[in-house]
Amino acid sequence: MEEKFTPDSQYLVQAHDMKMYFPIKTGWFHSKPLKAVDGVSFDIRPGETLGLVGESGCGKTTVGRTLLRLYNPTGGEVYFDGKKVDAKSIGGLRKDMQMVFQDPYSSLNPRMTVEDIIGEPLDVHKLYTSRQDRRDKILHLMELVGLNAEHATRYAHEFSGGQRQRIGIARALATNPRFIVCDEAVSALDVSIQAQVINMFEDLQKQLGVAYLFIAHDLLVVHHISKRIAVMYLGRMVETADSNELNSNPIHPYTQSLLSAVPYPDPKQAKERKRIILEGDVPSPLNMPSGCPFRTRCRYATDECKAKMPPLTDRGGGHMVACWNK
Amino acid sequence: MAENILSVQDLHTSFTTDHGEVMAVNGVTFNLEEGKTLGIVGESGSGKSVTAYSIMQILEKNGSIRSGKVLFRGEDITKWPESKMRDFRGKKCSIIFQDPMTSLNPVFTIGWQLEEAIKLHTDRKGKAAEERAIEMLKLVGVNEPEKRIHQYPFEFSGGMRQRVMIAMALACEPDILIADEPTTALDVTIQAQILELMKDLQKKMGMAIIIVTHDLGVIAQMADEIIVMYGGRVCERGTAEDIFYRPAHEYTKGLLRSIPSVDKIGQRLVPISGTPINLLNLPKGCAFCPRCDAAMKICLEQVPPETRTVDGHLASCWMAVKKEAEAGMINFTGDSGRSLKADDTAGAGSGKD
Repeated sequence: MEEKFTPDSQYLVQAHDMKMYFPIKTGWFHSKPLKAVDGVSFDIRPGETLGLVGESGCGKTTVGRTLLRLYNPTGGEVYFDGKKVDAKSIGGLRKDMQMVFQDPYSSLNPRMTVEDIIGEPLDVHKLYTSRQDRRDKILHLMELVGLNAEHATRYAHEFSGGQRQRIGIARALATNPRFIVCDEAVSALDVSIQAQVINMFEDLQKQLGVAYLFIAHDLLVVHHISKRIAVMYLGRMVETADSNELNSNPIHPYTQSLLSAVPYPDPKQAKERKRIILEGDVPSPLNMPSGCPFRTRCRYATDECKAKMPPLTDRGGGHMVACWNK
Repeated sequence: MAENILSVQDLHTSFTTDHGEVMAVNGVTFNLEEGKTLGIVGESGSGKSVTAYSIMQILEKNGSIRSGKVLFRGEDITKWPESKMRDFRGKKCSIIFQDPMTSLNPVFTIGWQLEEAIKLHTDRKGKAAEERAIEMLKLVGVNEPEKRIHQYPFEFSGGMRQRVMIAMALACEPDILIADEPTTALDVTIQAQILELMKDLQKKMGMAIIIVTHDLGVIAQMADEIIVMYGGRVCERGTAEDIFYRPAHEYTKGLLRSIPSVDKIGQRLVPISGTPINLLNLPKGCAFCPRCDAAMKICLEQVPPETRTVDGHLASCWMAVKKEAEAGMINFTGDSGRSLKADDTAGAGSGKD
């Protein structure tokens, strides 16, 4: 039995050895666990942004959803503001932990007006004293995200992608949360609109002091908005560091190739840069390689990597790396 | 200068819908040189994909080419009958699409689908066609092609499917490959593989590539020449260096400002204000004018002509015309001296899209 985990009061959100397995049927009576998240630990300070990057299928979305207990985790603990998040306490904590979804087209109910969409969390948590108070709060939220008051009676389909995402953000902000999970919140938007929404996220953080878990696959965007970045591969965290440090000094071979694969919008750099092209594809999470999950595509893989999963160790200044290679 | 293999001249394409005529492409002109890569970049609704589909004439039923020419080796293919076009597609010019998941038929094996194109366009039959299919799969880096031609698309990963699509497109050695957002659905490490593969194959087979994408990073890496599109028109064209280091059109400048990059860490991004254009209701003047910070009176009224900028590439912006006038090259009296600042609600956007 390992020692009991005690939450640290300087952090707003702490996840310790979080696990989320999905049972996949392999026959009538048999099933196999799909290890979407397999022992992930991280912490987020109040008002801070942690970026979470990784390729599709690495479990980054599952981390966000499990954190908010939209899934029932298979193992591990999550603490919010020192309180343990479990089936009992989550009801009271939802108000403080909200989520913005990726797809602004399917995450808004087409039959509800903007006013009702933003007002729903207020209704659920009974956060107003009168009809007028409710309306005032909604209009204030709309102003906060840059929507006109006259849009309140319109339906979601009348808006463009960027504006819909603003509605989704206003809804998340309605309960005055201290923590928001942004799951690919800007990925579906055009670059010019994406910049508007990124700026808004930054402004809101300054104004309201919310902390974000910013999940995205676009490294440039994540680097821009986050103070620290965690890199995931096949359900595990492989590297966590300050975003500038991660960018200038990536240690894990996966992070190195991920960074080198990012197409920089600069033709000279694009020609000069040495790219580390990874061989092959991500292995199926149903059929995980033994030891380090990355070893099948790693240039430096040794027998040690095959035998044992490397633990996250501090390489100095909070730069955590899970790699046997020193 | 190499010969132009494809030349698109003043292309207009529109779609008839219940809400009216959607003017997707409004006078696009460009040339593609043999063996070169042309990048078409723009945001959603800029008409970049429709331009590509118009060249191939694979538009939806409600869409049609209204006017303009598409010259392939000097012949206007918009005048060609469908039977001749079938020969053009696949043999002379191939296209690969964004989503490798939906562009392969799930009920046929990879080999069957590859051989179909080969049998249709060449005189290889039976065993010879299969050999060619295996050879193509080997070329695009699919391991154990002899085994894999008997597999179905669901047995391939996203990156592998896109490789199959490329193999299919190149099986008949076309002169032009059109890649419509070829890596948008793929992860960055897989994207890097596919882009590298496309460059490699271009060196080996010498085809010209038109790459259509919204990703400025991909364009910077791939293209020799770039055209930037907005609202169905070309707003700027030039070499990759021209576009990235010396942008002249306000939209291009705005686009480059709004992408995050390593050098801009800690700084605020400068987004383009407003919302994307409504193609049902194009403004009279410059399409970008409702969102442009530098808009002048003339921008509202007249479509800007393509003007040569000081460093020699072309931009369709009244600001470029003005700069040229200031340099004393032409006479320009369009400026009212008043800067019209566009706000969020002005012009085409206004909440509806």
